[in-house]
Amino acid sequence: MANPRTNFIARLDWLTIIIFLLMVVFGWMNIFSATQNEGAAGSIFDFSQRYSKQFYYILTAFVIAILTLSIDGKVWSFFSFPIYGLTLLILPITILIGKEINGARAWIFIGTFSLQPAEFVKFATALALAKVLSDYNFQIHKPKNLLTVGAIIGLPILLILLQKDTGTALVFLIFVLVLFREGLSWVVLFVAALAIILFVCTMLVPLPVLLPVISAIALMITWLYQRNLKFFGYGSLILGGLFGLAALASHFLGEEWSIDRMFFIASFIAFLIWLVIIIRKKHNPLLLILFTWIGAVFFIFSVDFVFHDILQPHQQSRINTILGLESDPLGVGYNLNQSKIAIGSGGFFGKGFLQGTQTRFNFVPEQSTDFIFCTVGEEWGFLGSLFVLALFAGLILRIIVLAERQRSTFSRVYGYGLASILIFHFAINIGMTIGLVPVIGIPLPFFSYGGSSLWAFTLMLFVFLRFDTDRYQIVS
Amino acid sequence: MQNPNSNRKYIIAGMVLTLTAIFIIRLFYIQIIDKSYQLSSNNNSRLRVVEYPGRGMMFDRYGKPLVYNEPVYDLLMLPQQVKAFDTLELCRILSIDIVEFRESVRKAREYSRYRQSAVVRQVSMEQFAMLSERLYKYPGFSFQIRSQRKYPQPIAPHLLGYVGEVNVEDLKKDPYYQSGDYIGKSGLEQEYEEYLRGRKGISFMLVDVHNRLQGKFENGRYDTIPEPGRKLTITIDAALQEYGEKLLAHKKGSIVAIEPSTGEILAMISSPAYDPNELVGRIRGQNFERLMNDSLNPLFNRATMSRYSPGSIFKVVQALVALQLGVIDEFYSVDCNKDIIGCHNHPNAHGLREGIQYSCNPYFYNVFRRIILQGKSTNQFKDSQIGLKIWDEMVFTFGLGQILPTDFPGIKPGLVPDGELYDKMHGANRWAFSTIYSNSIGQGEVETVPIQIANLAAIIANRGFYYVPHFIRSIEGIDTIPQKFKDPVHTAIDPKYFDIVADGMQRVVYDPGGTGWKAQVPGVIVCGKTGTVQNSGGKEDHSGFFAFAPKERPRIAIVAYVENSGAGGMYAATITSLMIEKYMNGTITQADKELSILEYQQF
Repeated sequence: MANPRTNFIARLDWLTIIIFLLMVVFGWMNIFSATQNEGAAGSIFDFSQRYSKQFYYILTAFVIAILTLSIDGKVWSFFSFPIYGLTLLILPITILIGKEINGARAWIFIGTFSLQPAEFVKFATALALAKVLSDYNFQIHKPKNLLTVGAIIGLPILLILLQKDTGTALVFLIFVLVLFREGLSWVVLFVAALAIILFVCTMLVPLPVLLPVISAIALMITWLYQRNLKFFGYGSLILGGLFGLAALASHFLGEEWSIDRMFFIASFIAFLIWLVIIIRKKHNPLLLILFTWIGAVFFIFSVDFVFHDILQPHQQSRINTILGLESDPLGVGYNLNQSKIAIGSGGFFGKGFLQGTQTRFNFVPEQSTDFIFCTVGEEWGFLGSLFVLALFAGLILRIIVLAERQRSTFSRVYGYGLASILIFHFAINIGMTIGLVPVIGIPLPFFSYGGSSLWAFTLMLFVFLRFDTDRYQIVS
Repeated sequence: MQNPNSNRKYIIAGMVLTLTAIFIIRLFYIQIIDKSYQLSSNNNSRLRVVEYPGRGMMFDRYGKPLVYNEPVYDLLMLPQQVKAFDTLELCRILSIDIVEFRESVRKAREYSRYRQSAVVRQVSMEQFAMLSERLYKYPGFSFQIRSQRKYPQPIAPHLLGYVGEVNVEDLKKDPYYQSGDYIGKSGLEQEYEEYLRGRKGISFMLVDVHNRLQGKFENGRYDTIPEPGRKLTITIDAALQEYGEKLLAHKKGSIVAIEPSTGEILAMISSPAYDPNELVGRIRGQNFERLMNDSLNPLFNRATMSRYSPGSIFKVVQALVALQLGVIDEFYSVDCNKDIIGCHNHPNAHGLREGIQYSCNPYFYNVFRRIILQGKSTNQFKDSQIGLKIWDEMVFTFGLGQILPTDFPGIKPGLVPDGELYDKMHGANRWAFSTIYSNSIGQGEVETVPIQIANLAAIIANRGFYYVPHFIRSIEGIDTIPQKFKDPVHTAIDPKYFDIVADGMQRVVYDPGGTGWKAQVPGVIVCGKTGTVQNSGGKEDHSGFFAFAPKERPRIAIVAYVENSGAGGMYAATITSLMIEKYMNGTITQADKELSILEYQQF
């Protein structure tokens, strides 16, 4: 076994490289399946077909990977700001000379070849962010520093919005995860995340299931926190008892209360009882759990109320379409619906390579780019989908592990930047194909057809792998 | 170096794992649990190419066509293939409004870029021919042939009914229909939809989303060829129907005529009416709205839905029930004492025949009293309860107070009040004969619809039984009409009593003091009875008359109502007379009567 301290090849993280290779190869197979029907069957090397183009893109990506590995990591650190500035400069130029595709002016054409500069801005921003955060004087909660960080992230968002490429612009919001890792108060993140999760849950899960689950989770957390069952037991008893009382009251008052309402009443009274108990016994940390819990209950009811009683039917249906609860199969929801049909029809084992009728008969739009996961779902079924999910989860987790073992703040922040971008693309792209998030046109990294995205992600990944090989060096 | 926020890596990693878990659950659901996506996938890649069969024609009893089909063309658009085109020229050729056209184009685009939708419906043959020549200038547009209803004579709109596009409920009820299909919405079009519609021919083609054919699905194994709708011969006499409509023009009212020996409906007229051709094609929408909003309610079928008090016509039912119960005999006489119940001036009725002839109110007050108060209980409340129950059972056998099980949608049942109803109105044991006596002369709670009264005339004509009134005479390819129209339905009344009532009804028309002399027809013995329906609210009475003719071996049983036109012996009796003459002789000799009707116009 070669010594990692002396052997570059041994220092490379081969696990990441293997995942990368699996993704690119499997991605190409799916692009082949999705596009080989579009015209007369040609050779893989014939440059007229998407699958053949992608083949060359992949070869180029390998070249980029090798070149990147051979460049000293310090170069990137040193040139962070110039790279950032340069890519940002290209954005307005794109707006001026770029060609419009699907309403966005995000592409530069060099001959027949098109490039999407915004893909590389992600890389540049990750570098710039790493540079700023690794500054010796940087403290995340200093207003001046926060402002700098805000500008670094905000500027590309603004410019990309000007290109009318909302999907790509949204990607930059995910850098908040990097900031979080570097010490940004978690309350912001927690509240935002909780609100999003609760909103989605309220729409997807019936209230009589959701409310007890939420309450059970709150009680469990209390139990974990206190490390004894007392509060958990009493808590369950109080809530259950009050619920029973509410049911009885409803019955004897002759009013037909819904289960939701009974639960709401029980929750509110339970809240008051617990509030008194906690304050008297001075279990102050429990107050946080209690308020979060009652806040969540109120939030769920207000979402439910606002949704059903205040919003107009057409507004409801927009949200429902987004949440996949309702379909407008031939109108706005067309992509989404076709995509779900393609994936859903795959079943457990899938229809087999090249056997997917949905993707091959062009039912799914953008099937080789943003909706490439449909082909996976249809032809490789649940198993194939699991495999792709595992690749992504594995890659992202691996990058987090690698990032944590970096000695320099710069490398670590950059690593988290990369991980965050992957998380966002993974969440949104796969989420939209299976109807969990609104349709936002961003590619699935290493899978979707297209050179810019593949190259940008390859560059980003291998720059990080190079940083990782330098991890034994003394931090300068 | 231990970073202070290092623990947060677990939170971020946790997020990734949670996300992955959510995706796995969701994928498990849509790929394994929910089978509907697999079904959708099968339907998705197939294109149903539909060929529409012609809807069945309808003929009258003598084979005269009442409704047939005319080809029309729907202009279809496939938004994806549409290029810029001369909208103005297109609209000019089709003579449509450009704003409306743009709107339907927008809707079609919104519906789907990849599927055809009809942007202009029911283009006429001439416009189709003109546009076809230039269709090459309009890529993405094509025609689909459909047929639309055409009525050679503008008659019988209510009874034929109309055809319209299927709505959401129709689609839910019957998987045969696809959005955009047509379905019978009312009248016989609705009742015999199943036969009239035929069967669509469907071929399944494998296609991609751009509608490019990828071949026939399973070599056409599931394809079907279209089957034309079946021809329907109905019982209507078109000439009689047309004549009745002419008589009722500009009046509110209805006529129903039945052949007593078969129950076949010879004519069913409701006025005001409309030209059925108005509810066809592109003009349908605006005309339908206009008719809906018309205060005279021309879409309302008075013959089956107008609930009137039967008035004096009901006296014959009272007489028959009383005779059957033995509470009176044919010689039963009553002095016309107007103390309890009002009456007009006429000699006292000696015997039942005169009772009917004079339509004496006190006479039938006493008849009804004898039916209700039979002395079966000493408590008059209980006695009334018992009497009413017996009366109810008998009256029901006349087909009253129930929806006649005929082949026509939307018939009202009318009302024959029973003890339960009065218990609800007044409380149990708190009503007696004195509460309900108005029913004796067909006022009070009892209500009937015209078709029931025509059927009542048929019952008396047949001396005690009826065939369920119906419209169907034959369906192409089917040997027989439903058995329920071929079995006589007997009333609870002995046939021998009907001759007495028929005598009385003859006197109504022919004897001095009879109320219906205007119903006479030269050379035919008509038996009839007036029914003047009092209206609350100070409006003029409804004029009603029912009759059958000839007295022996009757060929027609008929009822006529003219709303707000006064006594039954006037307009309703005259119309009855003319209708009977028209049906029996084919010509009208009573020109003066005809003129008096045609000159009477309510609107």
